[in-house]
Amino acid sequence: MTQAPVIDVNVRRRFGGFQLDTQFQAFGGLTALFGRSGAGKTSLVNLLAGLERPEAGRISVNGHVLFDSEAGIDVPPEGRRLGYVFQEARLFPHLSVESNLTYGMKLLAASERHQDAGQVIDLLDLAPLLARRPRTLSGGEKQRVALGRALLASPRLLLMDEPLASLDSARKNEILPFIERLRDDIKLPIVYVSHALEEVIRLADTMVILSDGQVVASGGVEDLMSRLDLRPLTGRYEAGAVLSVTVTGRDADFGLSQLSFGGNRFLVPALDLAEGATLRLRVRARDVSLSLEAPQGSSILNVFEGTITEIEAGEGAQADVLIDIGVPLMARITRKSIHDLGLKPGMAVHALVKAVAIDRYSLGHGGGRIHRTGD
Amino acid sequence: MWSLSPLEIEAFMLSLKVAFWAVLVSLPFGILAAWLLARRSFPGKSLFNGLVHLPLIIPPVAVGYLLLVLLGRNGALGGWLFDVFGITIAFSWKGAAVAAAVMAFPLMVRAIRLSLEMVDPHLEQAARTLGASPLRVFLTVTLPLTVPGILTGVILAFARSLGEFGATITFVSNIPGETRTLPLALYTLTQTPDGELGAARLLILSVVLALAALMLSEMLARRIARQLGGG
Repeated sequence: MTQAPVIDVNVRRRFGGFQLDTQFQAFGGLTALFGRSGAGKTSLVNLLAGLERPEAGRISVNGHVLFDSEAGIDVPPEGRRLGYVFQEARLFPHLSVESNLTYGMKLLAASERHQDAGQVIDLLDLAPLLARRPRTLSGGEKQRVALGRALLASPRLLLMDEPLASLDSARKNEILPFIERLRDDIKLPIVYVSHALEEVIRLADTMVILSDGQVVASGGVEDLMSRLDLRPLTGRYEAGAVLSVTVTGRDADFGLSQLSFGGNRFLVPALDLAEGATLRLRVRARDVSLSLEAPQGSSILNVFEGTITEIEAGEGAQADVLIDIGVPLMARITRKSIHDLGLKPGMAVHALVKAVAIDRYSLGHGGGRIHRTGD
Repeated sequence: MWSLSPLEIEAFMLSLKVAFWAVLVSLPFGILAAWLLARRSFPGKSLFNGLVHLPLIIPPVAVGYLLLVLLGRNGALGGWLFDVFGITIAFSWKGAAVAAAVMAFPLMVRAIRLSLEMVDPHLEQAARTLGASPLRVFLTVTLPLTVPGILTGVILAFARSLGEFGATITFVSNIPGETRTLPLALYTLTQTPDGELGAARLLILSVVLALAALMLSEMLARRIARQLGGG
């Protein structure tokens, strides 16, 4: 990309016996820092926020240099203008929700504020909470207030450190749409730390995979998810490809939606989405099977022609096969099938995906907004 | 029988005045010392901690004597204070307040420090990321959350000041109307023939005063705790 990066980070710091040595760039939208617990995600975000100091390196956001060990620059946290939403909401217990929300905003000159209090309160549906005390809020409500508080400080960038990790799945689903609204409506660059792949796929444009304090890979979510070599980090059991698709039709009689990507059509159980909506679809490798000929008399609705690009077979029963169907698709089949069918890279195959294998946990929003239909 | 004699009122009011000023003047230093001990690490910290707690463990008479040496008209600090400002501390009610403040200081610092250590540093970090300078964080987050401890410290120090005897009598002597606080008046009466009744009356007065202070603090603490709530 030719545009200047929104975030440009290159930092080194030793934490106990653990060496963080990280370099990455991000270009707006939502960037997910993904990795296992202990990979250094939170440490990295604390370095960005100025809560910890790197031993060496450079951090710049929107062209503002926040840290540069060579130039002797180290902007204190209060001067960095980075909103930080912590895993535990960290609301001030002695202040009302309203005073929590305006804490950072009041410290800014009016000319520096680029977020409108009324708008943020609407966006996050905070109006009913304003007079309450933090201790009376539920976990999900606390996180929404924390989001609003960070946002109203008019940050250059929003840092979110596993904001959903301490919530149960019902609460997670309550917060996720709000994070999507921040990303799509406010268009604030977001760095989102998570070890949950479904959150990353649903929310992120760019993904930075961390392991043992190092960046293992960074790039678009679709690209990284279809790399066989990253499966140990992106989850071996849940391995699969991520496709960006557009909703192009609907079969009301049978309750199906038609999705299109790269000249292919994909039928899935009906989605609550209008035609033209774009989204991300996760096709798990274990839901994809392969056939040398086009299947006859099969119940499988989705058949894609493609070419095998890579086969990874270990010692176990399973093997992962990467197929190019215009975009990468991953199939997990037995080593026996590979042997019996004589599969090799370069061979033409048909990839079969059951429509019902796609459920709502496989869906993420692909940059564009999802418009809810009434039904 | 139930009304107080002028002498009793004099001792009572003097005690209140001495304790009030002792607490008021030492409070900022108490908060600072508590903060240093709770949140900072610096060379000589354990020495500093020992110094703060010294009045708790050495005989009050020794503290009084130390103050006399230091702050008396011929003392290092006292001489300077008299030469420059014309202030005499020794053998005046101000000296009684200083003695009370020094003796009560460890109690005050302990209470505030405990409360400060309960304040989650993560909240302070959050405030920093929202644009607040360290001083502002202290004033808007740390200090308000420490109020219960400050209140406890103030009441403890006040009660301790009301009862201060050893350091006071050594440093500022037992001058009626100037340094004869309740405990000193009580002591004087016990040394006087036929002073038993007067001593008993002062004893009751002291107990009532201390209990009133304690109950007031309990009430305030409960009210503030309710307002602060949990995390």
